[in-house]
Amino acid sequence: MSPRLRWRKFVSGLMLTMTGVCALVAVSVLFFILGYLVYHGGRSINWDFFTKLPAPVGESGGGMANAIVGSAKLLLLASLLGVPIGFLGAIYLAEFSGSRVAFVVRYAADLLNGVPSIVIGIFAYALVVLPFKHFSTLAGGFALGLMMIPITLRSTEDFLLAVPRALREAAMALGASKWKTIATVIVPAAYRGILTAILLAFARVAGETAPLLFTALGNRFWSPGWNQPTASLPVAIFNYAVAPYEDWHRQAWAGGLVLLALILVINIVARAILARGVAVPRA
Amino acid sequence: MAATTTVPSASPISGSRSFLRRLCDGDEIARLITFLFAASVVLVTLLLILELWHSSALARHKFGLQFFFTRVWDPIAEQFGALPFIYGTLVTATTALVLAVPLGIGAAIFLAELAPARLSDGLEFFIDLLAAVPSVIYGLLGMFIVVPLMRDYVQPGLKKTLGFLPLFSGPAYGVGFLTAGIVLAIMVSLGATRWESTWKVVVPFARTGILGSIFLALARALGETMAVTMVIGNTPTISSSLFSPGYSIAAVIANEFTEATGDLHLQALIELGLVLFLLTFLLNGVARLLIVVTSQRGGGTALA
Repeated sequence: MSPRLRWRKFVSGLMLTMTGVCALVAVSVLFFILGYLVYHGGRSINWDFFTKLPAPVGESGGGMANAIVGSAKLLLLASLLGVPIGFLGAIYLAEFSGSRVAFVVRYAADLLNGVPSIVIGIFAYALVVLPFKHFSTLAGGFALGLMMIPITLRSTEDFLLAVPRALREAAMALGASKWKTIATVIVPAAYRGILTAILLAFARVAGETAPLLFTALGNRFWSPGWNQPTASLPVAIFNYAVAPYEDWHRQAWAGGLVLLALILVINIVARAILARGVAVPRA
Repeated sequence: MAATTTVPSASPISGSRSFLRRLCDGDEIARLITFLFAASVVLVTLLLILELWHSSALARHKFGLQFFFTRVWDPIAEQFGALPFIYGTLVTATTALVLAVPLGIGAAIFLAELAPARLSDGLEFFIDLLAAVPSVIYGLLGMFIVVPLMRDYVQPGLKKTLGFLPLFSGPAYGVGFLTAGIVLAIMVSLGATRWESTWKVVVPFARTGILGSIFLALARALGETMAVTMVIGNTPTISSSLFSPGYSIAAVIANEFTEATGDLHLQALIELGLVLFLLTFLLNGVARLLIVVTSQRGGGTALA
């Protein structure tokens, strides 16, 4: 073996190892984050954390019950806005539209998807907060819902388009009208994919903080109804982290752990749904 | 003769499903309803642009182009210049990319080319999960690990790095790497080492796709709010050092929006939002173009 070849083999081996290290570093960061959150937040997670309001400044104890309920309400609103528009819009794109209209809708959705989340917050502020004259759950849910639309839309469309043409033709040949074909054949065939798309969009907005800062604002108490400022888990984590109190930092870690666990579980479930079967049943 | 007469008689039956008939089938109703939902996406996007433009009118008229070149940000004196924020945004985003690009491309090469399929499936799953970690958690870790590590030194780029990794592996993965598999095999059989064939054949092949994913990541990094706000130091100064406090567009909006002292202050912040929107819009456009170009070229080569 000539020295030149030996050198080339050496470089090859070295660089291959380096790329492997890159992949390893990327993956280990996830476990580092998870481990660190468990280490710092795990101790502060107890029954109180899920059931009590934040304690007044200076007192220890208390929990994030209001933030957890607030997040649930915000995400419910977001889903009510994002899922129907994303899902039905995707049906239009995949089944009804001509290519020109589809191009415009897709372009708009991609544009919306690329808008920084803080700018979405400004938009929701101008559209919902200003007319109602105060920060509210409604405005926060609107902002998160807007972010859900493009994610749901584009991936649902992909899954609908993946349904084989033969299934459509078979249904039409049996005399089913177009909408009946969609409702009884195409959507059921793609339902795993659609469910995954919705869950991933949900998980994505569940951790969003920036659009909530000046729409839902924050609240140290319960937020009755839909028209009051409300606490939410991500914003609470942010507020607690930047505050100068040791006890609040512990709560922030605990909140981070709960949030991350929720998001990871949804992600894993979504992928499991997709992986469990082929999206299209073989007749 | 009989055959030719049946053809025209058949077409009216299928073709003459009148509008009324289709309406009764529900097709037109379903079409209309789904159209309304699809159209609302376009409407909302247009509304967003209009709203940003309209709501920043006061600031745009008052400061004009000077807005981008003034260094003073003084809400009390109502003097607003965006330069420190634009500078801070570009610096943090660039730092993030410098850290993320080599790592991302390295990981992508490993996953797409070198790792056995089962290993790369598993690793990819974890990297996807890494992408799902919300930015406020990166900010939390940055605040309590990196900032204390550097004491008063702040380097927000670092935290933003890892969230963007998947963006690199994602598009680069699908876009060009795999189509080059055959060429790769030929190279290896001709005597190239594994690395030489990867670096000299596959990577150039996927170059535009990689560039596209870098632009995509840059757009994400520019708009990143939480991870930056929590660590950047929030000081509107322009400093040549990466380790002194700064400020970014997204961070100043996050911090000052609810405490804006007057209309002009609020509008100046909204104008910053508009700037951010336009920047990410441009970058996303370029990125998508590059990715489309690559995938078309990849498809063509695969056919040939």
